Amino acid sequence: MEAARVTPVEAAQRAVASAVAPAAPASGAGAQPPHRRGRRTALAAAGEPLVWLLGAGQVLAVLMIAGLLGLIFYQGFRTFWPRPLVQMQVRTAPDAPPQRYLGEVVRHESYRLTGTAPDGAVPAAERRSLLRVGNYDFYGDDFRWIPELGVVAELRPADAVTIERLEWGPFFGFVREYRVDGRTVATGEAAWRRFQAEHGGARGQWARARRMLKHDLGRVNRKLEEDRLALRRVELAHGRDSAEYADAVRESAAGSARLQEEYRRIQSQAEALRQEAERTSLVVAEVGGREKELKSAEIVRAFQPNALGFTGKLGVYFSRWWEFLSAEPREANTEGGVLPAIFGTVAMTLIMALLVTPFGVIAALYLREYARQGWLVSVVRIAVNNLAGVPSIVFGVFGLGFFCYVIGASMDQLFFAEKLPNPTFGTGGLMWASLTLALLTVPVVIVATEEALAAVPRSLREGAFACGASKWQVIRRVVLPKALPGIMTGVVLAMARGAGEVAPLMITGVVKLAPELPLDGEFPFLHLNRSFMHLGFHIYDVGFQSRNAEAGKPMVFTTTLLLICVVLLLNISVIAVRTRLKRKYESGYF
Amino acid sequence: MATRTRLLPPAPRGGPPSAQAPDEITAPATIHDEILREPAVLEVDRFSLWYGPRQALFDVGMSVPEKRVIALLGPSGCGKSTLIRSLNRLNDLIPNLRTSGDIRLRGESVIGPDVDVINLRKRMGMVFQKSNPFPMSIYENVVFPLRIDGIGDKVVLDETVERALRSAALWEEVKDRLQQSALALSGGQQQRLCIARAIAANPEVVLMDEPCSALDPIATAKIEDLILELQQEYTVVIVTHNMQQASRVSDYTALLIFGRLIEYGPTADIFQKPRRQETADYVQGRFG
Ligand SMILES: Nc1ncnc2c1ncn2[C@@H]1O[C@H](COP(=O)(O)OP(=O)(O)O)[C@@H](O)[C@H]1O
Ligand SMILES: [Mg+2]
Repeated sequence: MEAARVTPVEAAQRAVASAVAPAAPASGAGAQPPHRRGRRTALAAAGEPLVWLLGAGQVLAVLMIAGLLGLIFYQGFRTFWPRPLVQMQVRTAPDAPPQRYLGEVVRHESYRLTGTAPDGAVPAAERRSLLRVGNYDFYGDDFRWIPELGVVAELRPADAVTIERLEWGPFFGFVREYRVDGRTVATGEAAWRRFQAEHGGARGQWARARRMLKHDLGRVNRKLEEDRLALRRVELAHGRDSAEYADAVRESAAGSARLQEEYRRIQSQAEALRQEAERTSLVVAEVGGREKELKSAEIVRAFQPNALGFTGKLGVYFSRWWEFLSAEPREANTEGGVLPAIFGTVAMTLIMALLVTPFGVIAALYLREYARQGWLVSVVRIAVNNLAGVPSIVFGVFGLGFFCYVIGASMDQLFFAEKLPNPTFGTGGLMWASLTLALLTVPVVIVATEEALAAVPRSLREGAFACGASKWQVIRRVVLPKALPGIMTGVVLAMARGAGEVAPLMITGVVKLAPELPLDGEFPFLHLNRSFMHLGFHIYDVGFQSRNAEAGKPMVFTTTLLLICVVLLLNISVIAVRTRLKRKYESGYF
Repeated sequence: MATRTRLLPPAPRGGPPSAQAPDEITAPATIHDEILREPAVLEVDRFSLWYGPRQALFDVGMSVPEKRVIALLGPSGCGKSTLIRSLNRLNDLIPNLRTSGDIRLRGESVIGPDVDVINLRKRMGMVFQKSNPFPMSIYENVVFPLRIDGIGDKVVLDETVERALRSAALWEEVKDRLQQSALALSGGQQQRLCIARAIAANPEVVLMDEPCSALDPIATAKIEDLILELQQEYTVVIVTHNMQQASRVSDYTALLIFGRLIEYGPTADIFQKPRRQETADYVQGRFG
């Protein structure tokens, strides 16, 4: 039978061969156009000018991005490097005594006096330096312009100290005395050494006292508040005149007496600790000679920048970075750390991603797989795409009006009635901010998911249908796994977009300084109702809302740098997941 | 009838001189008696199909005998895929599709809105021109038809995988890497995996739409051997435009031209003693 199968075709093949053979010479012969040697393809035809144009555009775009990133990285990484203290002797008038200033040189610039001299001559350009003189408590200003013409001498005294303190910003000056319990125990160089040896201990005690006040007292306070709420619940349930209420009042009075007692005990312990920490102090003098006594405990960091070697500077640099990354802000956010803001940014972005992914994927699935493709779907698609063009503040207003005031207020009525009139969910918070941003970024996910779904080859769907799968089974088992990497790309884009957004957050839950992190040891651990801090808002606040914009400027760059890194890290982690999925499914066709 | 003739496709321009315009083929299909003597699994009865206003199949009538390999032969665009995809209603996915006539699987109609299409497709495995393994492991690819039936019994699944992969002559090559991605296989292996998937649920008919046209000669030879093996257990309908292939693997051959069935008979007869002029033209390479 096998042999019989081959023979009939051989006959057919012979027939084909004989039919084709005579025709063959015809195509080979004949007048081909003469090959034109030496004539090159026209430039425009080869498309090279277009290629150059495209290349130039590309280079321009890359340069702009690289320039921006370069600026942010340069300025951001420079902020914490300790700068030398420069002492300038300045004579403002020929016969006046010279004035002395001590500070960090921030920058130099040229300036020209406005107007013209009586003889019509344009005044020559002058140079001046911006000196950060600190000592806000003495001078009432952190910065001073020094005209370079008037500088008679410029020194870098080795014993000048930079002191970062809890209040009034930095102090630049000289150490005079070291005091214990108000009595001077050392002066000059010895005072500085003694301070350095004992500073760590005082800071430690002070930090312990602070933790006690914050955490232990906070716990007692929360218990008191819980008791009050329990009482209020009984009142709401049974009324003020009921027997239950009377019982509850008695009980709570007993409980609160105990708690008050504990409160006082903790307070006195912390107070003792604080007094212990504040026994030592440093007397310092500014360059003009005015003295000030600084408590050791209130000094964050002190060093002599002009005497510091490279390793010493490196130590200060990393200690400042560590404080920045791990501490809470102080001095109206211009100093200290941004840990709560980092935490808020990451938490908000992750919650947003968790919310936006199912939203977007479900919407895209319906649009692409289930809805009948007609004008209505086209209109919806256009509307979704245009949603991305609505100013983000509008989303914020919507979030505030709908999520906070409608949904949140109803939730308060239903579940947190005893806390009213204090809102729980009825005001801005992590949950509502994340939801608002999810709404803002959902078009990104929808568009990416639709594209990913459309890119799933038809042959795959047909194969699954041919196996007898239902539509949902085809989508769930074949289409979605295949589209998953594309969907993840959409989530990455949405996260990048959402993490950099500030305007809608300002009215839906971000605050300048949040008293508590949204995550702590208290049940239910993640407090979605709490307001939070955000790096983006922090940048705005430090750069444009602080008492001294000049002082906040370096922090703006550093915080921006940090925000970029946080977004990058978030994206890299999602991309890593995507790569793993891809590798799992696509080891390459060949 | 009048409307139908108006909707005929225009004759292709620049075709070979002996090619006939579709409306010139008016004679009914020539069906050899051998087929009628065998018990039929599938019967196609005066089946016509329209893509929107355009008619792609014209009154096709043929029966598919049990445990045989039937080749659907014809120039490209003649409606072979359309016909084979009508058998398991895969054409349902195409909007604006209209049919008349009937197709019966073991006497039951498969056309009509109240047929259980999902169940119908489970009774017919299908292999496509371009191999289409799913983005999952080799193992999961093979058991996909069982999984969607909710079968999770490991013993049953393992047995199925081994049986199907052995039948598809792939077991020896992949038995050590069943949990790896199916997309890492070579083109020929992928196609055999798709065949394993098609027979995993023991279908009554296996449909193959040009299963070798994207493969190299060695992989093609393997699949052709496989089809001859499959014939002992399954009824196979295979679409091809390759005459050698049709003659090597099939028992019966049906020739379709411009959506019409021209001649249907034992493969040797079709190639050696064609009864119709169109068939003779086609097998001698004067057509398509
Ligand atoms: N989805 C479709 N919509 C409209 N016309 C189609 C569609 N699929 C196929 N056709 C047309 O139907 C005819 C038969 O196609 P097909 O069955 O794929 O041919 P073959 O498989 O024999 O090469 C062709 O003319 C083709 O253009
Ligand atoms: Mg085809």
